Order: sequence, then structure tokens, then C-alpha cells
Amino acid sequence: MSAPVNWKPSATLAALHARAALNRSIREFFIETDALEVELPILNHAPVADMNIEPIAVPASDVMPSLYLHTSPEYSMKRLLCAGSGDIYALGKVFRAGEAGGRHNPEFTMLEWYRLGRDHQELMHEVADLLDELFNDSEIELEDAPLFLTYQQAVIQYAGLDPFSVSDDDIKALGIGLAGGDLELKRDGWLDMIMSHKVEKALPKNQLVFIYNYPASQAALAKLNKDDSGQVIAERFEVYLNSLELANGYHELTDSQEQRQRFEKELKGTERPIDEKLLVAMADDEAGLPDCAGVAMGIDRILMLQLGKKTIAEVISFSAEYC
Amino acid sequence: MANYSTSEFKSGLKVMLDGDPCAIVENEFVKPGKGQAFSRVKLKNLKNGRSWERTFKSGEKLEGADVMDIDMEYLYTDGEFWHFMMTDGSFEQHPASEEAISENKNWLKEQQVYEVTLFNGAILSITPPNFIDLEVTETDPGLKGDTAQGGSKPAYLQTGAMVRVPLFIEIGEMLRIDTRVGEYVSRAK
Repeated sequence: MSAPVNWKPSATLAALHARAALNRSIREFFIETDALEVELPILNHAPVADMNIEPIAVPASDVMPSLYLHTSPEYSMKRLLCAGSGDIYALGKVFRAGEAGGRHNPEFTMLEWYRLGRDHQELMHEVADLLDELFNDSEIELEDAPLFLTYQQAVIQYAGLDPFSVSDDDIKALGIGLAGGDLELKRDGWLDMIMSHKVEKALPKNQLVFIYNYPASQAALAKLNKDDSGQVIAERFEVYLNSLELANGYHELTDSQEQRQRFEKELKGTERPIDEKLLVAMADDEAGLPDCAGVAMGIDRILMLQLGKKTIAEVISFSAEYC
Repeated sequence: MANYSTSEFKSGLKVMLDGDPCAIVENEFVKPGKGQAFSRVKLKNLKNGRSWERTFKSGEKLEGADVMDIDMEYLYTDGEFWHFMMTDGSFEQHPASEEAISENKNWLKEQQVYEVTLFNGAILSITPPNFIDLEVTETDPGLKGDTAQGGSKPAYLQTGAMVRVPLFIEIGEMLRIDTRVGEYVSRAK
């Protein structure tokens, strides 16, 4: 006899009501703060230029070439910014192959927004304002003030080593201790291990934690700058609440030449094509990408925390195992 | 054996790790938005019963372990090995080492059926039934009339195990024992 067919949703109806209310609160926030809601193509000709993120490819058909489901709307949104859109936000589904578990679903809801003329520090405060509103009247009673830590401060405080000065060997030794074996990672891979296995777990509870000024090697699409001590850092931040990563933001890199070099370095020796349309838009003499800060936020995880749910499936109508 | 990728690590899957057969207990997918993906895995070492926590790179593979659980009847011991027989009518016999028997030596009774874990065809461990009936071979004389309450005394069972029993229990009685905690439950019916 075959297993009985389970047609039911993975989320309760109450969770679906909470999601609808959350979407409405988000839209109200951006209406009040004058950002334009935009819709972006889910199907894209070029995939994300980050080898740690795996896009889902859609096979070619008679009317279209092989395309990729977007893993975030970042590249399209930046092309809109180049086209003069001004402040914009997007709320919708994104797709990542191979990301499934208690806190990941291969398709999930992302809120992404951009503010012209602001840097990552200013955007962190707006993120705090929005989250403060969203967690008002939820299962979590947030501490009044968020905690702001540089990446360096966070790793020193919770893992006991200085990520900017420690030797590769010492980082590796701590990483092996945490993993229980040698995973043969590079420096940034071991730092990811230390962040996810040690720092994140130790962060204070029921308080928004902003970690900012990342190692330059983890800049992704953020501008590089120098901190007060002269250390080169990436103007990037992450937001955590109860050890759950909620958002990642940048003071956006606007230099198309540097952007091209980073893409080429990341994709060297791989089959992934580069998003030429984005690079050409950024290089455009008249337009180009204006100075701006942007952030991407995981909405399902916010719902999880709002409702006190343990797994992401409980806030998605039909999660990957139910769809 | 087949190889299994971290995405196939489901609870109960048996894999080889550092030369020992292990059962996956739990698998947590850990990934920063930007950065390396990991699988944080809890395992049980089937050889020594110890719990392990290990992290793997997402996509890493482990070899499956040729482990299976089957019912076998305990026959006898020759002092060095404990001999079990298949219950499928084949009368095939397998010896178990002292390491495989370990503390379950106390609950080995001839003709009793046990769950036996085989690894590459050899006995890795045995699991006795939760409850087993054993005869009292030695204990202080029972106290007449004291069937209701209070007091206990040591009693030795046919397997050599010692359990605490109520004062009224006599030599030669069959007792029901909970093998998980090694405690007297009642007189056997």
C-alpha cells in the first residue's frame, strides 16, 4: 500500500493571516517613507555571481533560451536604479537550489529595498525602525535598543580571536574544533564556520543585533572603505534576531570596473555567465548606479520569530515537502 | 555500499565515519546568506553507542554502512563468544564478542530472541527485549505475609545479574525484569 497523500498546508490558517498582515505592514512602511514598489522578472538571463548561491536553471524552450530563476532581485533592481527609479522596494519570491532545512526553503519570500544617498550605517537604522514596527505585538518582546557590533568586535567578543589579525592556522584550528574535523576550507570558509557555529549562537536574545564592517574578502557587492583604525573593510551588514540571520545589506559598490573585476574573480573557471546588462548599466556615462544602500530581508524568518515557530515550513502555505 | 550526500542525511541512515558505522540522528542545514553552506549532523556511533556532533560541507559524501537489525535466538556461550542463531529456519549461527555483548551479558537467556545488529555480517551489538522473565537463583529467605509494602533485598538471577526485589520474593521464582533500567517489575505471570 502506498503512503496516504497529504494535501494539507504546512502552515496554519492563523499563520497565513499573520503573513497577510505582515505584507500589509511592510507596504504601509514604504508608502509612508516614499519608496516605489517594483516587480522584477523571476526569469533572468544571468545567474547570481556568487558561487555559494546555487540558482535554479530553467531549460530552454522554442520561444526562450535557458534562463535562471532569480536568487534575489538585486541585479534587476540596480538596473532600475541606473534607469532613474529613485528609492524602490520589492516583495516577492526568490529561489535557491539546495537550500532546505528548518530555517531554509528553496523558494522563500524576500523584501529588498534601496535608498539613494545613504550608506550602510544609515540604512541599518531604517532596518531597525522597520523591524521594531514588525515585532510590535508579536511573540517576541524586543529590547528597546538594538546592539551594533562591528564584525571584528563580534568575533573577538564571542569567539575570542581577532578576525583581521589572526593567522590562517589559528582560524583553521578553531574551525576544526567546532566542526569536529578538517573540512579543508579557505580562510573565509572557516570564518563562516566560526560565525554560524559560535558567534551566532552566542548573540544576546530578544535584541536586534547588527554586525557591520565585514572583511574585505567578504564584500560581495559592498563598497570597500577603511575603518577608524585604518583596516580595509567592506561596508556590509547583517541583522540577527535570536540567532537567526534576517537581513544582509550594503553600501552599494557603484564602480562598474571594480564590480566587473569582482564578478570575474568569483566566476573564473566556472560555467556561470556574467550579468553584462548590469555591468553596462553601471558603466553608463549618463546614468550609472547612484550612490545608495540596499538590503535584502528574509520575510519567512520574521514570521517564524513573530509567531514563535520553530521551522520555516510552519509559516509557508506549502513548504518544499508539502508543495 | 552507496555513497550518501549531506542532503540525503535523514534520521536513521547508517553511514561510515572515521572507520566506524554510525546512525544519523539529526541533520541541520546551516548557511549564511552569503557564504559556505554546512550540514551540522548528530550521529550515534553504533560500535560504542556514543553520540557525536560533526559538521560537513554541504554536498560532502559519506559511504553507507552495511548495517542491519535482525532477530536472533541466543544459544550458549563458550566463554569467549556468545552464539546466536537466525530465526528464519536457516539455523545459521553468528558469534558475538564480549565487546558486542557488553552490559547486556546480564540479560542473556537461552532460547530468548534478541534484536541483533549486524555490521558487514558480524554482530556489532545486541538489544534485549524491554522485559524479560528470569529465575531467582539466590536471595535471603522471603518474609511471610510481607506482600504489601516497604523494604527490598538483593536477589541474584539465573544470568548472574543482581536486582533489588521486595522482601517476599523466594528462590526459584520467575521475575519480570525491565532490561532498560535493570529493575524488578513484578512476579512473572
